[in-house]
Amino acid sequence: MARREVVVETRNLSMHFGGVRAVDNVDFELREKELRCLIGPNGAGKSTFFKCLTGQLRPTSGDVVIRDIIMTGRESHEIASLGVGIKTQVPNLFDGLTAVENLWLSSRRWHGDRRANTLVKETIDRLELGEIRSSIVGSLAHGQRQMVELGMVVAAEPWLVLLDEPAAGMTEEETFKTAELVREINKTSALIVVEHDMNFIRAISDIVTLFHQGSIFMEDKMDVISADPNAREIYLGHKT
Amino acid sequence: MRLYGTFNGTLVIAGLAIVFTLIAPSIFQFFTIITLTQVIGLSILALSLALVWGFGGILCFGQSAFFGIGAYAYSVAAVNIGGSTGSILIAILAAAVFAAILGYFVFYGKVSDVYLAVITLTVSLILYSLMRRTSGPEYKIGNALLGGFNGTGSAPLNMPGDGSAMLFPMQTFYVSMAILVIAYVFTGWLVTTKFGRVCVSIRENEVRTELLGYDTRLYKLCLFSISAGIAGLGGVLFCVGVTRVTPDVFSLGQSALAIIWVIVGGRMTLIGPILATFVLYFLTSSLGSQQILNANLVLGIILVVFVLLVPNGVVPTIMNWFERRRTKRYERQKERRMKLRKHRAIG
Repeated sequence: MARREVVVETRNLSMHFGGVRAVDNVDFELREKELRCLIGPNGAGKSTFFKCLTGQLRPTSGDVVIRDIIMTGRESHEIASLGVGIKTQVPNLFDGLTAVENLWLSSRRWHGDRRANTLVKETIDRLELGEIRSSIVGSLAHGQRQMVELGMVVAAEPWLVLLDEPAAGMTEEETFKTAELVREINKTSALIVVEHDMNFIRAISDIVTLFHQGSIFMEDKMDVISADPNAREIYLGHKT
Repeated sequence: MRLYGTFNGTLVIAGLAIVFTLIAPSIFQFFTIITLTQVIGLSILALSLALVWGFGGILCFGQSAFFGIGAYAYSVAAVNIGGSTGSILIAILAAAVFAAILGYFVFYGKVSDVYLAVITLTVSLILYSLMRRTSGPEYKIGNALLGGFNGTGSAPLNMPGDGSAMLFPMQTFYVSMAILVIAYVFTGWLVTTKFGRVCVSIRENEVRTELLGYDTRLYKLCLFSISAGIAGLGGVLFCVGVTRVTPDVFSLGQSALAIIWVIVGGRMTLIGPILATFVLYFLTSSLGSQQILNANLVLGIILVVFVLLVPNGVVPTIMNWFERRRTKRYERQKERRMKLRKHRAIG
């Protein structure tokens, strides 16, 4: 495989909360157009790591480098300004606004008025959001809200996408649709996906990074990880 | 055509306001027309608060600080440069720049919403005590004495470019209404632009807006400053209407009144707070002429009733009611049509 350019890199990244080392000396690399899943049991540090990447948390030490620019401790909007699409863990939407307005706000950040309107229309068709396009998103069901939020990412056409648990709380059908969508986004952009749902990960992923106690435990294909006895133990806990 | 909440709706209301301006002299007494200029100034204050609070989600409890700064800046400038046109611009700028400086520390310091309300209120009260202490010949800016507790005189408006051609009260009323309409259309337009829509998104979810790559601090600062400029403009008309500005423009009562107008009128609209200002102003001033009920008590009761029973304010509540009736009627028609079709199919 041709070595593609590294687009996201962390160097000795650590995040400590008091005595707790939520993220401990993580060296991580993501190459262009790569799709990487981050997995690990609760408290493994995935979400904290994710928040350091998105600027929601300022790491205790170490650096986050995006496209050769050191972004450690920068504001979220500065990181997003590089062309990074972010979806946080809990559906994070503009609850009082319509689905269309939500998509438009995301798209308009990157594109001119006309292009933004076209992109919003395309996204609505692509994600089959036509029925709920004028609904206030605060009144939508959880799965629909997740879809709107994915739509916000798609409508902006980012080159790097960071998704925190995109399939959480979705029905099987919705999960399947999301997986398909993630693969499609991956045709044009690099992705980092934090996820719990093993079926979802199997459906989308190439290389998976397994977090354990704040560090990267192993990095490999999903089949290899699920076959590894140590990795299984981390996930399922110690046998009693 | 859908009017509510669109720019076309804004234009329709602006048209109605122009009609009102033209017929007002024939239905109101002369004295009422003079009073109206003050109320127009106050309603612009309410409009500015509706913009920053209703659309930007920034609860500025001291919006009257900018209102008062506008009034003082106009009065002082008018004495020194001897004309009202430039003084109005100075007043707007003074309020906007003051807000920009205050806002820089508040928004870039990431002060949370509640503290912002407290800080703006405090600033207003500091200005209140400050201006009260300026009685004495040593407190003057240029040729303008600040006058402490009694305040300072505010020159009437004059024809642009001719400081001696003062406007008559009737003309002042026309100019004030024109300014109100312009300010209203401007804010109505502003909230439909990209800037306005991003401000609304900040109100809805600031973190999310930031994650989309918008610098929310800058947007909030701009909105805060624009709304302060509008409040300053309101202050100008108010002091012109009263012919005097006193430290009372910075008082707690003035700040609270603006909030009450916005709550009663409906904070998600721009016209609601304007109308509420007019109605409540004339209600309280007519209550002031009798001795049975205290005007502030009535105002307090109105506020409590609205917060409890009509939390969205008058205008949104009425509009929603219409909207619901329309959809209901539409559904009923649809049902009837379905029934007819069924009948035909059977028959």
